[in-house]
Amino acid sequence: MSAPRAEGPTDRPVVIANVSRRRFLQGVTALGGFVLAAGFPSAARAADPPKYGADGMPNGWVDDPLVFVAIAVDGTVSIVCHRSEMGQGVRTGMPMIVADELEADWKRVRVVQATGDEKRFGNQDTDGSRSTRHFFEPMRRCGAAARTMLESAAAARWGVPVGEVEARNHEVVHAKTGRRAGYGSLAKAAAAQAVPARDTVRLKDPSKFRYIGKGQLKLVDGRDIVTGKAQYGIDTRLPGMLYAVVAHPPVYRGKVVSYDTAETLKVPGVLKVVEIEASAPPAQFNPLGGVAVVAANTWAAIQGRRALKVVWDDGPNAGYDSVAFKATLEEAARKPGKVVRDNGNVDAAMAGAARRLDAEYYIPHLAHATMEPPAATVRIASGKAEVWGCFQSPQAARDLVAKRLGMSAADVTVHVTLLGGGFGRKSKPDFAVEAAVVSKAMDGKPVKVTWTREDDLMHTYFHTVSVEHLEAGVDAQGKPIAWMHRSVAPTLFSTFVDGAKNEAPLELGMGVINVPFAIPNVRIENPEATAHTRIGWFRSVSNIPHAFAVQSFVAELAAAAGRDQKDYLLEVIGPARRVSPEALSDTWNHGESPERYPVDTGRLRRVVETVAREAGWGRSLPKGRGLGIAAHYSFVSYVAAVVEVAVDANGSVSIPRIDIAVDCGATVNPDRVRAQMQGAAVMGVSIATVGEMSFKGGRAEQQNFDTYEVTRMAGAPRETRVHILPGDYSQPLGGVGEPGVPPIPPALCNAIFAATGKRIRRLPIRDQLKA
Amino acid sequence: MTSVTVNGRRYDVNLPDDTPLLWVLRDELGLTGTKFGCGMALCGACTVHVDGQPVRSCITPISSVAKSKITTIEAIGADQVGRAVQAAWVDMGVPQCGYCQSGQIMSATALLKRSQKPTDAEIDEAMSGNICRCGTYVRVRAAIKQVAGQPGAAR
Repeated sequence: MSAPRAEGPTDRPVVIANVSRRRFLQGVTALGGFVLAAGFPSAARAADPPKYGADGMPNGWVDDPLVFVAIAVDGTVSIVCHRSEMGQGVRTGMPMIVADELEADWKRVRVVQATGDEKRFGNQDTDGSRSTRHFFEPMRRCGAAARTMLESAAAARWGVPVGEVEARNHEVVHAKTGRRAGYGSLAKAAAAQAVPARDTVRLKDPSKFRYIGKGQLKLVDGRDIVTGKAQYGIDTRLPGMLYAVVAHPPVYRGKVVSYDTAETLKVPGVLKVVEIEASAPPAQFNPLGGVAVVAANTWAAIQGRRALKVVWDDGPNAGYDSVAFKATLEEAARKPGKVVRDNGNVDAAMAGAARRLDAEYYIPHLAHATMEPPAATVRIASGKAEVWGCFQSPQAARDLVAKRLGMSAADVTVHVTLLGGGFGRKSKPDFAVEAAVVSKAMDGKPVKVTWTREDDLMHTYFHTVSVEHLEAGVDAQGKPIAWMHRSVAPTLFSTFVDGAKNEAPLELGMGVINVPFAIPNVRIENPEATAHTRIGWFRSVSNIPHAFAVQSFVAELAAAAGRDQKDYLLEVIGPARRVSPEALSDTWNHGESPERYPVDTGRLRRVVETVAREAGWGRSLPKGRGLGIAAHYSFVSYVAAVVEVAVDANGSVSIPRIDIAVDCGATVNPDRVRAQMQGAAVMGVSIATVGEMSFKGGRAEQQNFDTYEVTRMAGAPRETRVHILPGDYSQPLGGVGEPGVPPIPPALCNAIFAATGKRIRRLPIRDQLKA
Repeated sequence: MTSVTVNGRRYDVNLPDDTPLLWVLRDELGLTGTKFGCGMALCGACTVHVDGQPVRSCITPISSVAKSKITTIEAIGADQVGRAVQAAWVDMGVPQCGYCQSGQIMSATALLKRSQKPTDAEIDEAMSGNICRCGTYVRVRAAIKQVAGQPGAAR
């Protein structure tokens, strides 16, 4: 089947558009800057009932077909995608949901990218593995409502009861008389029909789905990508556009003392130097400040920046040093901290245990390193601003640009391009505000700010750095009766609340407190840690250190008990049961209803059993090879992985094969679920084997891909087999973009233990296995 | 003033001789399919063909390619192998975000033009200069094998 042609934002005249407007706006409409900026579910006011899922997100959801669907007289169906495409396939998957319910022929569907406008489209924060799970139902209703309007129009035209007609693959059919009318011929009349009330909209029986769950459609943007036509934020070109790069303070919260532009202005093509004022803490999504060099092309701007002489005041983080900070975190992890979950009596159980074990795990800062570095273009004219860029959170870009320019958000239009990777970095539109400041200084001329790789690595919103300290008391059979986990890591909330030192509920709820093990005595503690750089969210966030520690430690306990790792893991998970998040002291639960989304150990067991069976767990392997397993629940999905590793005589690691079993509920586009798991496997391997950002003198020590290593073809798994568990469309969906990552590092390290007897507790592995 | 021949067309470029070809393509000629990723020939996003050889355009001064024929992703489909690579990429759903794929396709096309049946080791060597942060490597390998008509092309 061929892919529909992708289109960018367009004002092309269409018929079902600009008629009556029905607002299906739900959820939170007015929120404080922090909640809106952070893109997290709102903390409900005490008097309000709690809101979950899409209802709990800023600006909720919209399912109005007049907002999302337009049908032209030639039959072309335009469907709006309001979420940002960053490789997860949302520009294919989301319109596919609408098209299926609409009975539209995919070959005649065009995808139109929404501008940043949450009042109109509902929440647009493309992160948290939420797009499909929050919008599957609204998009189904949207397509079904549009289908109903076409059927009503046809029935009225033929003077027959609407119950006698049926929309089928881009036409409405009256079986009794054999009459048929194409969607194009019905478009005008359909537009005049009332939008049906939500509770009357008839959804398709899932057995009738044409596209949902099939995975046969090609990517909407595939052809444009392979021919170089696809437009990313960095590709924006406007008439008269200028190009800028920014010299950022090398240390977070540093400031410009003075700068000398003499050499810069001699560089051919350089036009102007513009200072960007440093933002007061907390960092939020505001620019770091610095000095922008504006030029006639990107290269001239880069050369001009190189020639710039800036004197910096490094500020309060000038002493940030990763080696010293690791020791600080370790010290904190060895003392009691804030108790965030307490079941049974851990101290008494530890005292009575046959044996006690402990271990500490470390994961350094990481940088997202999206292949497209951040880039945004702003043009200001007649009191209005237009923004183009790679934004995971276009409404945040709109609000922040408006605020910086002293405009109303209504006067700012944000065009969302394709994103050359996101991984959480592009949720933070600081680079759009930089472009706005520079454009304003250039009298509103269009200015594109491009971050170089050095900017990106040194000044990102870093994944946190953490020490996880675990202790267990086991009985005579080696079974755990007491579990104590202290997690210490600078919180991403420090980016929003100056001086925040404890992990927030959403970080604790990422696999440290909500571990549903069948252990009677559990205490989780969170000692304080101070952030010395901008901390942000990185694909799967705190699940990375938590899953690494928990799933490594379970394997260590299994080894100490002389047990098979998989059997032991299943025993620790315990029997199939549905555990209330509240029972685990998890108040966050990924923003989802605790009733709709309990922690289901049966599903966790099933992915473990499935992946073990499919990977041939227990098969014999040559010397130097080993299998490791790990399972993790995150973003309300269940994933388990088996990694096969080969460690050669020099201690070099290669990965012949990874098996991943995923239960994310029912799927919209199983091929993209598979792709996300394949990609997550590589990112997990990258984190485990080579990923590290470190600081010295407050400065990031890695500036480009020579020192910040990421996994390449030769280091990637040679084969990745993805096993998707069957789901039910009547049950709530789970996330897909992130949950594949967390099980990979522990499964790999468990495999290395099986292959070599060496236990890795500090990432990255790098040369730890070298003799 | 330097002249460059890109995709069969000759352009006069009034930029300093040491300007990297990448920025000439992107900012001057509007050929934005060739991507910026690192500026130091470390990631492969900027790969183009210079007289048929894969070259990192981000460190290639325009003065050094004035007499060469440059081919970018926008025109690689005119080549039989390039066209087959593009088709395999679409067919096997290789891209995720797609940003690095121009470079991946240029490197893969160059590989398949010199080695019709590349081994896994040859694929590793030819493709390891191209970083994909989405992690599409298993499908890149499978698509190369599909073009080569080799087994093991299951995605």
